[in-house]
Amino acid sequence: MADTVIKIEDLYKQYKLGVVSTGTLAHDLNRWWYKLRGLDDPYEKVTELNTRAEKGNAEYVWALQNINFEVKQGEVLGIIGKNGAGKSTLLKILSKVTGPTKGQIKIKGRIASLLEVGTGFHPELTGKENTFLNGAILGMTKSEIRSKFDEIVAFSGVEKYIDTPVKRYSSGMYVRLAFAVAAHLDPEILIVDEVLAVGDAEFQKKCLGKLKDVSGQGRTVLFVSHNMAAIDALCSKTLIIRNGRVGFEGPTQEGIKNYFADSLKINEGKAIADFSRDMERYGKLVRIEAIEARSQFFWREPLELTFSVRRIDRNITALEFGFGINDTSGLRICTFESGEAYAFPEGSDTLSLKVLLTEPKFVPGKYFIDLGVRSSTTTLDHIICGVSFEVMEVDKQGNHFGFTQGTSISGYINTEGIVTQIIN
Amino acid sequence: MRSKKPSTNAISGETGWTEIISPKRNFLDINLGEVWRYRDLIALFVQRDFVAIYKQTILGPLWLIIQPVLTTLIFFIVFTKVARLSTDGIPPILFYMSGVTLWTYFADCFSKTSNIFVTNASIFGKVYFPRLTTPLSIVISNLLKLGIQLGLFFLLFIVYYLNGQFQLHFQWTILLIPLLILLMALLGLGLGIIFSSLTTKYRDLTFLLQFSVQLMMYATPVIYPLSSTGGHLRQVLMLNPVTGIIETFRYSVFGQGVFEPALLVYSATFTSVVLFMGIIIFNQVEKSFMDTV
Repeated sequence: MADTVIKIEDLYKQYKLGVVSTGTLAHDLNRWWYKLRGLDDPYEKVTELNTRAEKGNAEYVWALQNINFEVKQGEVLGIIGKNGAGKSTLLKILSKVTGPTKGQIKIKGRIASLLEVGTGFHPELTGKENTFLNGAILGMTKSEIRSKFDEIVAFSGVEKYIDTPVKRYSSGMYVRLAFAVAAHLDPEILIVDEVLAVGDAEFQKKCLGKLKDVSGQGRTVLFVSHNMAAIDALCSKTLIIRNGRVGFEGPTQEGIKNYFADSLKINEGKAIADFSRDMERYGKLVRIEAIEARSQFFWREPLELTFSVRRIDRNITALEFGFGINDTSGLRICTFESGEAYAFPEGSDTLSLKVLLTEPKFVPGKYFIDLGVRSSTTTLDHIICGVSFEVMEVDKQGNHFGFTQGTSISGYINTEGIVTQIIN
Repeated sequence: MRSKKPSTNAISGETGWTEIISPKRNFLDINLGEVWRYRDLIALFVQRDFVAIYKQTILGPLWLIIQPVLTTLIFFIVFTKVARLSTDGIPPILFYMSGVTLWTYFADCFSKTSNIFVTNASIFGKVYFPRLTTPLSIVISNLLKLGIQLGLFFLLFIVYYLNGQFQLHFQWTILLIPLLILLMALLGLGLGIIFSSLTTKYRDLTFLLQFSVQLMMYATPVIYPLSSTGGHLRQVLMLNPVTGIIETFRYSVFGQGVFEPALLVYSATFTSVVLFMGIIIFNQVEKSFMDTV
């Protein structure tokens, strides 16, 4: 059993909403007056749960609530969650950039955090000068940096420009040098926030490799990312932060599944009410009740789409269906027609179908699905942009391909690879 | 390898922590050892300030000399030629230059450290390092500036002497000059970090500070000798902790001016109190300023 190197106990973090300066003096005085009388902070009571979308009335919000977990030595912990869930706040507290409101964190060993690459880089200084400055900001001594300098420069691949001011660097070179410095820190615990989102594919792969090396040397790594492939490739354990609380803690595979399940729920929650449908023409005899798809897929991963249709008119016994996939610009990139009709199961008014696209060819990006059902003679229901999904830039193995949407047609479906099955 | 289940085995799980992050910090929990460990960072900050400021300027570090020279000239024209103020028999140019050089050092230390949280928010928000390194590096890089400017002052001093324009009147207190400079550095630092802790929340202070430093110069014997004042005015001027420092300097170098040990002791005490308070406040604020800045 490994040693516990980070222990977080009942951690809370409160933030004030809105403009900070207005009313702060009054609040400060009020707070101080309550404190003087030995009472609790009057503003703690009005804090709401951290949900980004719903606008609350409270002036203060709990960005983190009741966070408890431990990290063992040598563990690589992935931290995932939606934007605004509190991941970065947690990292900021761990990095001592800001303090917690309540609770505490116990740490064993030297900790280095990488919330950004190139912090403190001065545009007028040369690459070499910045390497020293940045290294010192990250906690290295001059002699440590000097001893690793050649390695850092080699890793960054900017040898030629090392005596040029960094303001003349391309943004890619800048990031390479900055990451190279950070990668050569020798902490016992390393905290990394989303920094892999920068640089080109080759460099990203190099960074991931470096992180893998670091974790292989028995160091502890905390890694925040939206890139599930990277999380999958690096982390043994995953933590999901959901609205400022720990939503899940466990093995990465399960964590990622759990995270996708979250996305699925959001698609479900939106339900049919939000779906755009021409109420005059459609949905009278049969109605599409639900469409479900995971919100993210790996590149080349089979896409799975489930939907169910309820009949209002029992004379309809079987349905054909068709769907179209649109990219973010609204361009229809492919359509599929089922061709055959699927019958309602015996004694049921609901038909549920699962469509599996085994050979999807999509460029990474976001897509929207239109779905229609019809009898042999007429379209009975048609839903526009019923569900969206995202194809990620990496495949399941973590390989990265540098495509982007929008240069030409973004994808097509190999209809041979489509399998439809009735699931009820 | 020790086996640990901290929830059940609290005792062995609670040992060996190298660091505990918690919301409240003790008033006196000041980690100066950590600042010392980051001394290389201070040195690099100083180097950055020196190298970066004069990049892409034609005159470069010459500006360090041009600034006090021009100010001295203007003071000479305005206060000696126009207003005909006394300089205690000291050649006016030397008199003003000594005052301006010392005062600028104090004012720079004060005003540049007073908004470090605001100007460094982007760095402070991403990486932890002892925040005190930043104001310390400012004080030190200004010290280098002061060194160059004092060098210029003594150069002029020698020129005046060789021209036979005045006699040498060095006093033993010349040995105190390093102490005087240290006092000014620490006073500027102390006041600066107190204000820096407040400007994170109340930006109004930045404006207040800008002109109050300017006004404070007139409440300090920079452009006039303390001996030219009397009565209540003199009492008030002596409350200013910088007064004793500048007067002692002039006394040491020119043999003219007021040297009162009590005044210097007052400055030292004032500085210690301000610095101590400053560090305590700074220490409290550096933890959560990111939420308010």
